[in-house]
Amino acid sequence: MAKKYDAGVKEYRETYWMPDYTPKDTDILACFKVTPQPGVPREEVAAAVAAESSTGTWTTVWTDLLTDLDYYKGRAYAIEDVPGDDTCFYAFIAYPIDLFEEGSVVNVMTSLVGNVFGFKALRALRLEDIRFPIAYVMTCNGPPQGIQVERDLLNKYGRPLLGCTIKPKLGLSAKNYGRACYEGLRGGLDFTKDDENVNSQPFMRWRHRFDFVMEAIHKAEAETGERKGHYLNVTAPTSDEMMKRAEYAKEIGAPIIMHDYITGGWSANTQLAQWCQDNGMLLHIHRAMHAVLDRNPHHGIHFRVLTKILRLSGGDHLHSGTVVGKLEGDRDATLGWIDIMRDSYVKEDRSRGIFFDQDWGAMPGVLPVASGGIHVWHMPALVSIFGDDSVLQFGGGTLGHPWGNAAGAAANRVAVEACVEARNQGRELEKEGKDILTTAASHSPELKAAMETWKEIKFEFDTVDKLDVSHK
Amino acid sequence: MSEMQDYASSLEDTNSRKFETFSYLPAMSPEQIRTQIEFIVSKGWNPSIEHTEPQNASGSYWYMWKLPMFGETDVDAILAECEACHQAHPDNHVRLLGLDNYAQCAGASMVIYRGTPT
Repeated sequence: MAKKYDAGVKEYRETYWMPDYTPKDTDILACFKVTPQPGVPREEVAAAVAAESSTGTWTTVWTDLLTDLDYYKGRAYAIEDVPGDDTCFYAFIAYPIDLFEEGSVVNVMTSLVGNVFGFKALRALRLEDIRFPIAYVMTCNGPPQGIQVERDLLNKYGRPLLGCTIKPKLGLSAKNYGRACYEGLRGGLDFTKDDENVNSQPFMRWRHRFDFVMEAIHKAEAETGERKGHYLNVTAPTSDEMMKRAEYAKEIGAPIIMHDYITGGWSANTQLAQWCQDNGMLLHIHRAMHAVLDRNPHHGIHFRVLTKILRLSGGDHLHSGTVVGKLEGDRDATLGWIDIMRDSYVKEDRSRGIFFDQDWGAMPGVLPVASGGIHVWHMPALVSIFGDDSVLQFGGGTLGHPWGNAAGAAANRVAVEACVEARNQGRELEKEGKDILTTAASHSPELKAAMETWKEIKFEFDTVDKLDVSHK
Repeated sequence: MSEMQDYASSLEDTNSRKFETFSYLPAMSPEQIRTQIEFIVSKGWNPSIEHTEPQNASGSYWYMWKLPMFGETDVDAILAECEACHQAHPDNHVRLLGLDNYAQCAGASMVIYRGTPT
């Protein structure tokens, strides 16, 4: 039925609030936590969010009538209380799949977290979760290799992988940097890692770093008989430069490269991930800037959304937080986004902050990387929390060993193997951790020294971003 | 605090070569081997035995000992095959795998008898 053009401002809810709408299997669904300005009704605000993140603008325009807006519009279909917080509510919005370009997390996010986040009727807005329909997932390239392929490429089975970020973060020359890598790798690490802000500074240009690090890998492999890698950070000022560095890493035989997907940008990340898949390279992903977006409980983008964005855009590793180390991360919420990284189907589970079922189909999984302020005493808890499909990354916890990096690496390797062996025997790691490590240390002087060095360090601050549960 | 020690490892010393999971722990006792077999069986994985000369351990493919023991859950039967492989190749590394056919990847892989490096 054709409509007449009626200029002026309409209430959003007349068009965009549809409480009777049943979402389609192909819809992209979003859950926002909305903090409205005082006095604005919930339905109107939810409808405004739906409008401003899809087809709407502030006034009716005649060109609306040239299309089927009722088909293309976002639909606010449900509102829920936020447990324990009366200042805000959850709004659930469904978007028809053809609002978004195939295989483009850039396009999805430009709509969903675009202008709407500055909308005046809102005091704050947070994107809590997105359900990507399998029809959309299948248009994305995803992780270049995935967990199983990585295990086969690197010959690592039945245990978490072990890494170490080279410190100091900045200021080492390429040759000294390669030394730090070599010592860690010969001591038993699987990987060493460029810190995120190591790109190509005057004190160490990328190409020298790549060359010295490859020499370190080759020698450590010959010495230990095991396969090794170093995350060569190819994050660069332009995507052309990024690709140039990636091509060189491939040319010298590096198995894995690294990118910062938020500061580097999702467009560059997706390009790099596709190139990695075509060239048999693994891709490690760092998440610098994430806490700017995800730490405020009322405003921004939840990390579980950023996790989904990365899995779709592409990466084989993603930093996930450690639960136990120096950086923020609630345990249940972390377990939730670890599932989102690795599993092929994730059920709605509000106790883990997961608002929607998410079907990943055949898309490979991403290895969560636990990194930041962890040391050998955390190992039993880390193996228990993360399981085998993870990378446990000890920076200071390797390099800070009193006898140096090789000993620090060996201490961590002995500790992780002892924990896995004990877990396989049915022992409870978090209860019996001290006993397991002490026994292992009786045949590893390196582990014994590490345990003496770090026994007093704890990071027991409360998390800022908690799950929304009733705590009134 | 313990006194500083050198980290002994070199290209020259073949004892420096490792062989992935559990190679940084002492060699397994018969009882430890049994508990790891029980673990593989409890996960529903297919036990598989492979061996190789220690100097060739870094490749993807070791020699398969017969075929993977599909569906075998008898720990004694698995242990007997492990021992048979070890008897036939006493100087080789013998590793036990748990093949996860759903993940299409080994869920576990560990050297249970250590060979003699040359």
